[in-house]
Amino acid sequence: MKIAVLIKRVPDMDVRFKIAASGTNIDESGLKFDISDFDGYAVEAALQIKEKQADPAASEVVVISLGPDVVQETLRKAMSMGADRAVQLKHDAPVHDSSAIAAALAAELKLGSYDLIMFGRMSIDTANQSTGPIAAELLALPIVTAISKLEIDGGKVKARRELEGAYELIECPLPAVVTIDEGIARPRYPSLKGIMAAKKKPLEVKPANVASERYTLDKMELPPERAAGRIIGEGKDAVPELVRLLKEEAKVL
Amino acid sequence: MASNIFAFAESRGGELRRAALEAVTAARGVADATGGQVHAMLAGDAGIGAHAAKLGAAGADVVLVLENPAFGNYNPEALAATIAARLSTGGYRAAFFVSSAQGRDLAPRVAAKCALPLAVDVTEFTVGGDSATVKHPGYTGKVIQSFTLKSATAILSLRPGAVLPKENAKAGTIEQISSIIDPRSSRVVVTETVKGTGAKLDLGEAPVIVSGGRGLKEASNFKLVEDLAAAFGNAAVGATRAVTDEGWRPHSDQIGQTGRLVSPQLYIACGISGAIQHLAGMRTSKTIVAINKDKEAPIFKIADYGIVGDCLEILPVLTAAVKEAKKGA
Ligand SMILES: Cc1cc2nc3c(=O)[nH]c(=O)nc-3n(C[C@H](O)[C@H](O)[C@H](O)COP(=O)(O)OP(=O)(O)OC[C@H]3O[C@@H](n4cnc5c(N)ncnc54)[C@H](O)[C@@H]3O)c2cc1C
Ligand SMILES: Nc1ncnc2c1ncn2[C@@H]1O[C@H](COP(=O)(O)O)[C@@H](O)[C@H]1O
Repeated sequence: MKIAVLIKRVPDMDVRFKIAASGTNIDESGLKFDISDFDGYAVEAALQIKEKQADPAASEVVVISLGPDVVQETLRKAMSMGADRAVQLKHDAPVHDSSAIAAALAAELKLGSYDLIMFGRMSIDTANQSTGPIAAELLALPIVTAISKLEIDGGKVKARRELEGAYELIECPLPAVVTIDEGIARPRYPSLKGIMAAKKKPLEVKPANVASERYTLDKMELPPERAAGRIIGEGKDAVPELVRLLKEEAKVL
Repeated sequence: MASNIFAFAESRGGELRRAALEAVTAARGVADATGGQVHAMLAGDAGIGAHAAKLGAAGADVVLVLENPAFGNYNPEALAATIAARLSTGGYRAAFFVSSAQGRDLAPRVAAKCALPLAVDVTEFTVGGDSATVKHPGYTGKVIQSFTLKSATAILSLRPGAVLPKENAKAGTIEQISSIIDPRSSRVVVTETVKGTGAKLDLGEAPVIVSGGRGLKEASNFKLVEDLAAAFGNAAVGATRAVTDEGWRPHSDQIGQTGRLVSPQLYIACGISGAIQHLAGMRTSKTIVAINKDKEAPIFKIADYGIVGDCLEILPVLTAAVKEAKKGA
C-alpha cells in the first residue's frame, strides 16, 4: 500500500484571535501551530493501515503539505508519528481558493501512483471542506468523504459516513481518495525514538504550482462578542425564574 | 445569458430534507431580486416526484425530477455528473446547496466538474452579475471571513439554518430528467443508509437543542435530557465529546470543533463544562442556558441564563415547568 496524507499547518484554536492590520489575516504573533485536527486523524488512520499489512515495511506513508517553510515542522511531526517521508510544496502566500490548492496538490499526487490518498474532512482554520473532493475529481479518482470508519478489504475501501441522525455504509475500489472525520482514530503522540528518527527521514521541497484564485479573501473580522453570562439562581428553585426569562425576555418558549 | 438560479433539493430515503426548502428559498430570494427562474432538482427512487409541490410552494418555477431506483441511496457520482451537465448548459447565475452531510459531499464534486468557484457554510451572500460575495465563518467560528467568487456562476453551499424556509408559491412545473451517466456505473456505492435511533429532529434543524455532558454521570440519565427535549416538542438532543467517547451517545450527536456546528434559537447545556472545543460548535446559538453544579464552570461565561446546581435534580423540574408553559401557550 502506498498512502499519501495531505496535512495542513494551522494555529491552535484555544486562543482569542486578533485580526492583523491588513484586515485579511489573523495576527499570528504568539500563536502556536500544529497539524490540523482532522489531518492528524488521517495520519493516524494511515499508519494503522500500514501496520495492518502483512509486510508493513513494503507499505509507505507519505505526508504532503503546501505552504511556506514553516510547514516543514508539521511534516516532521507527522514523520515522528511514523510517516516515512514528506513533501513540502513550497508556496509563501496564503491561498484561500480550495480549487487552486487542490490543483497544486493533485499535480503532486499524480506523480506518486498512490493506492490511497487521505485528506482531512476540513481544515480547522479556513474550513473550506472541499479540497479533498476537488482534488479527487481532478485526479479522476473515486472519493468517499467525511468517513468515521475505514476498512481496506480486497482492493476495496469500505467506509462509514455519519449523516444527520443516520449513517451510510459506502464502498469504492482502490485507488481512491478519502476524507477523514473524527472518530476514526485518535492520533498517537510521537515517541522520543520517533522524534529522533524523523530528523533523518527524507523531506523533499518542491515549488507549488498555484493557479490564480477565483475565490478571494476580502476581509476577516471577529464575530460580535456575546454579552457576559449571568447566573440567575441556584438549584431547582431557580427554574420558575428561568422559564419566565425564556418566555418574556428571550421569547423562545 | 446567465439568469436562472439552480437549487439542489436534498432528500434521503424518499423524504424531502429541510435543506431542500432552504436551498429553494435562497434561490427564490436571488431570482426575485435579479430576475430569472428557480430550477430545483430532486432525485430519488420512483415516487420522489411527489415532493415537487412542496418545492413549488417554496418558490421553484421548475422542478427537475429524476426518478430512478439507482438513486434510492445517495449516488454521489451520478448525481454530481447530472447536476454538472445541467449547470454547464449555461443559463445559471448561481447554484445553491446546503452544507449538510450530503451537500458537503456533493457541492465540491459539482464545482470541480464545472470548474466553478465554491463557497461552503455560507451565512450571508449577495449574487451579482459576474461575481458573488459571501461570509463564511472559519477558525472554529472565531473569525468571520468575507470572500468574492469571481465567476458568472457561483456555487454556494449554505450553512444549515442560515436561510429559513419561506412560502412563496410559484408554478413548480415538473420536468422529468434522467441521469447523464449510467447510475449503476458509479464507482462510489452507498450500500446501506442506516437510520439512527435518536430523536426525530436533526441537530441542524431543531430550533431548540438540549445537550448533555459528563455531568449527567451515566448513559441512562440521558433520559432526563430526552424528556426535556420532548417537553419542548421542537428540540433535538446533543452531547459533548466526553459523552460520545464514553459511548453514552453516538458520535453524530457530538457538538463542537470536531462534531456538529449548530446555532439554534435555544441551547440548553446540562452538566457541560464549556471547553473551548465544545463552545466552538454552539457559541452562535441565540440564547444559551447552562446548568452546572460548579459556579466557576466556563460555560457560565457565555450562558445568557445560568443555574448553579445538580442537573439530575433540576432537569425533571424544568421539564415539568416547560410542559406547563407549553400548555398555557
Ligand atoms: C482536538 C480536540 C477536539 C475536541 N472536540 C470536541 C468537540 O467537538 N466537542 C466537545 O464537546 N468536546 C471536544 N473536545 C473535548 C473537550 O476539550 C472537553 O474535554 C469536553 O467538551 C468536555 O466534555 P464535558 O463538558 O461533558 O465534560 P467535563 O469537562 O468533564 O465537564 C463536566 C461538567 O459537568 C459538571 N457536573 C458534574 N456533575 C454535575 C451535576 N450533577 N449537575 C450539574 N453539573 C455537573 C462539572 O462541574 C463539569 O463542569 C475536543 C478536544 C480536543 C483535544
Ligand atoms: N495547504 C495544504 N497543504 C496540504 N493539505 C491541505 C492544505 N490545505 C488543505 N489541505 C487538505 O485538505 C483538507 C480539507 O481542507 P479544506 O478544504 O480547506 O477544509 C485538509 O484537511 C487537508 O487534508
